[in-house]
Amino acid sequence: MFLYAPILVLVVMSFNSGDSAYTYEGFSLEWYGELAGDERIMSGVVNTLIVATGSTVIATVLGTMLAVGLARHSRSKTLDALALMPAVLPDLVLAIGLLLFYGLIQLTLGLYSAVLAHALFSMAFVAAVVRTRLTGADTSLEEASRDLGAGPFTTFMKITLPQLAPGIVAGALLAFTLSLDEFVIAYFTIGNHEQTLPIVIYSMIRFGVTPKINALAAILLLVSFTAVIAGQRMTKIGERMPRAQD
Amino acid sequence: MKDKPEARPVSLSRGRRLGAFVFLAPGLAYLVVLLLVPLALVLSYTVFQRGRFGGVIYEFTWENFERLFDSLYLRVLVDSLEMAGLATLIALLLGYPTAYLIARLPRKWKTIALVAIVLPFWTNFIIRVYAWIILLSPEGLINGWLQAFGLGPYELLYNRGAVVLGLLYSYLPLMVLPLYASIEKLDPQLREASANLGASAFTTFRKVTLPLTVPGVFTGCLFVFVPSFGNFVIPEMLGGGKSAMVGNLIRTEFLSARDWPFGSALALALIAVLLVLLVVQAWVTRRA
Repeated sequence: MFLYAPILVLVVMSFNSGDSAYTYEGFSLEWYGELAGDERIMSGVVNTLIVATGSTVIATVLGTMLAVGLARHSRSKTLDALALMPAVLPDLVLAIGLLLFYGLIQLTLGLYSAVLAHALFSMAFVAAVVRTRLTGADTSLEEASRDLGAGPFTTFMKITLPQLAPGIVAGALLAFTLSLDEFVIAYFTIGNHEQTLPIVIYSMIRFGVTPKINALAAILLLVSFTAVIAGQRMTKIGERMPRAQD
Repeated sequence: MKDKPEARPVSLSRGRRLGAFVFLAPGLAYLVVLLLVPLALVLSYTVFQRGRFGGVIYEFTWENFERLFDSLYLRVLVDSLEMAGLATLIALLLGYPTAYLIARLPRKWKTIALVAIVLPFWTNFIIRVYAWIILLSPEGLINGWLQAFGLGPYELLYNRGAVVLGLLYSYLPLMVLPLYASIEKLDPQLREASANLGASAFTTFRKVTLPLTVPGVFTGCLFVFVPSFGNFVIPEMLGGGKSAMVGNLIRTEFLSARDWPFGSALALALIAVLLVLLVVQAWVTRRA
């Protein structure tokens, strides 16, 4: 109840025909129409997608390799902890660290600096998800492949990677969702010229509450719910798939 | 190279080391450059002086730490501890019974209840906080209802209570999950044994259930306290700037005042508090 009532109120208010964000006057979709015409919101959507896609690609590739490397080639607890660190540290600390670093190397802030920043914490989550799958995985197939004369590269591509695929997909989905909603790190690392959608909403709210924000919020809630349920489905399908292709 | 049986293990281990390098190097390099170097920068900036137009002058000083103990900043630190602590306490009081009930549900309902608890957590954080502005503001819904009964309007928004409520609402799921995990693990036979030996339900809870779930309690508290303590969005949106927390100070030092060294010192204070809590948590878990 406590968790859902505020969200529900928000959705109801988004269909308000009046000009106030607070008092409900009648059903209307006009605020949804307004959204599509708002250039700032639309560019926010595009930026958010760019940052999420870019960081997910980097995080998925690096995170998967890191997971394989840590599980198969290292017994170092320190490295394990290091790989998890971006997920555990407060976002504000990561954000200011990156801001100082970008300042030091005099990198002009923009979309790419936010992509690199998001990839940092997403990588930790991808590595963690892929690792849970690796620890349960059967290594005999990899050994068989090596015994039959396949090189390490062929073995990785043909045996390890397909076995890991559901974990990698789940990790990538997680990374994408996290990036879509992330505010603090993006706010610090994206600079003054670009904005992701959470930053757009944040600055809109600072200037006052409007029914337009309600409509935007309602759409985003719908997207998040759909993404989470889709993710759940994917994990279930992944679990039902046999671990080894026999 | 003379005989094969000897050469083979050597080349294999070299292959393994090469494999380790190929897999680990890119990710680790990324972590070193974008995590360790930035953290080292935060740490080192705490002892430098601020530049006139932002940036830093690389001259050693303890000034930033001295400023931390200025009553103004100390006040904010204590306030943050209080607000985050209160939110954590209420989350525990609400979260424990919830987790306990979920753990007792039949299997099918358990999954549904858990998804329901986690789902809001996956929606945009800013939007969840924003929803409370709509509810609490002077023209908002709650005041509207109260007015129907001839009450109010009350100042519900822009005070410390609103901040605590926002923190509680945002991070409650993080309390329920670890609690649920530790209650679920409990062997029901222990409770039965306690009841058979004549203990009342309350005594059983106090002497059996509660002590065995202490690690879950601490993990949950940590999960709620950490993001609450370093938060700047909720105090700004619901506290109206009057109820500032450490996060707000850090944000201001970095983005408006552009005093990076002092901002770094504040961040270090934040990390120090969290580290102490982590050590306590590790100690409790190990003892249990």
